[in-house]
Amino acid sequence: MTLAVNILLWLVVAALAFFTSLRGRVLLDTGVRAGLGEFIRLLPRIGAGVIGAGFIAEIMPKALVASWIGPESGVLGIVIATLGGALTPGGPVVGFSIGAAALKSGAGAPQVIAYSTAWALYAIHRLVIWEVPLMPARVVWLRAAVSLPLPFIAAAIAVLLAQP
Amino acid sequence: MAFAAAAAVYWRDGPTHFLDVLGGDVALFAEMLPKVLAGCLIGALVTMILPRELVARWVGHESGLTGLLIASFFGFLLPGGPITIYPVAGAFLVMGADAGAVCAFIVSWTLLGYTRALVWELPFFGAHFVIWRILGALPLPIIAGLLARIAVQAGFHYERGK
Repeated sequence: MTLAVNILLWLVVAALAFFTSLRGRVLLDTGVRAGLGEFIRLLPRIGAGVIGAGFIAEIMPKALVASWIGPESGVLGIVIATLGGALTPGGPVVGFSIGAAALKSGAGAPQVIAYSTAWALYAIHRLVIWEVPLMPARVVWLRAAVSLPLPFIAAAIAVLLAQP
Repeated sequence: MAFAAAAAVYWRDGPTHFLDVLGGDVALFAEMLPKVLAGCLIGALVTMILPRELVARWVGHESGLTGLLIASFFGFLLPGGPITIYPVAGAFLVMGADAGAVCAFIVSWTLLGYTRALVWELPFFGAHFVIWRILGALPLPIIAGLLARIAVQAGFHYERGK
C-alpha cells in the first residue's frame, strides 16, 4: 500500500515537472527549489510530531480514551472529540500527533475524524492569526458559524461508509 | 510536549521500552519522508503552473452551484498554508465572489487540501484512514457554502474588502 502510494505520488510529481518544464526551464528550477526548501523547513516539525505521537500514545490513559471516544462511545464520543478538536491550539504537528496518538490508544475512527475535522476547521490560532487579519471579519465569523455542523456530518458519513 | 511525553515514558517504563517506542517512531518517520518530499514538490510545482490571480478571476465570476463547485475545487487544488490561502480568499471577495463561494473555498482548503493530506495526514494516520476521511469530507464545502448563502439571504451583511 505505501509503495503504491509512493509510486502514484512520484508519477504526479513527474507529470507536473514535465508540464512546468514546457513553460520554461527557470520556472521548473524555481518550483523544485521552493519544494525542497519547504521540505527542509518541515522536516524537524514532522519529526517532532511523529516521535511525539508515539510517546503521547504511550502515556495516554488507554482505558479513559477508549471509554470517552472509543468505537463504542457513539454520538457523545463524537461531541467530545469535536470539542477537543476545536479547542486544540497549535499547528498541524500538534493536531495530527494528538489524533494519531488517540487512534493508537483505542479511539474510534469516526471520533478521530470528528476530532481532526473540527481541529482543521477551527484551529483557534489560525482563525485569529491568519483569517481575521486577512479577510473581512464578518465573513470569518460567517465561515466559522456555517462550519459548526460539519464535524458531525463528517463523522456521520464516515460511519455510513464503514457500514455498507 | 513531545519531550515531556518521552520523559514520562522513560521514567515510567524504563530505558528499554523507551528505546522500543523511539525506534518504532524513527522507522515510521523514515518511511514517510519520500511522501512528504513528493507532497512539497507537488505543491511548489502547482504554484508555478497555476497563478493565483487566474484562480481568483475564475471564482469571482462564477455564481450558483457552479460557483460553489469551482470554489471547492480550487480549495482542493491550491497548495500552501494560511499565509497564501487567506489573501486569495480575500481577493475572491474583491473580485465579486459571494460569501458562500468564499466559505466553500476555505472549508475545502482546510478539509480536502491535498498538500496537508499528503504531508501531514497520510504519514500520521495511514492511507486507509485518510481516504475514508476525505470521502466523508467531500460534500462538506458545498454544505458550508449553501449554509452561508442561506445566512446572507436571511439578512447577514458583510463587507467586501478589508
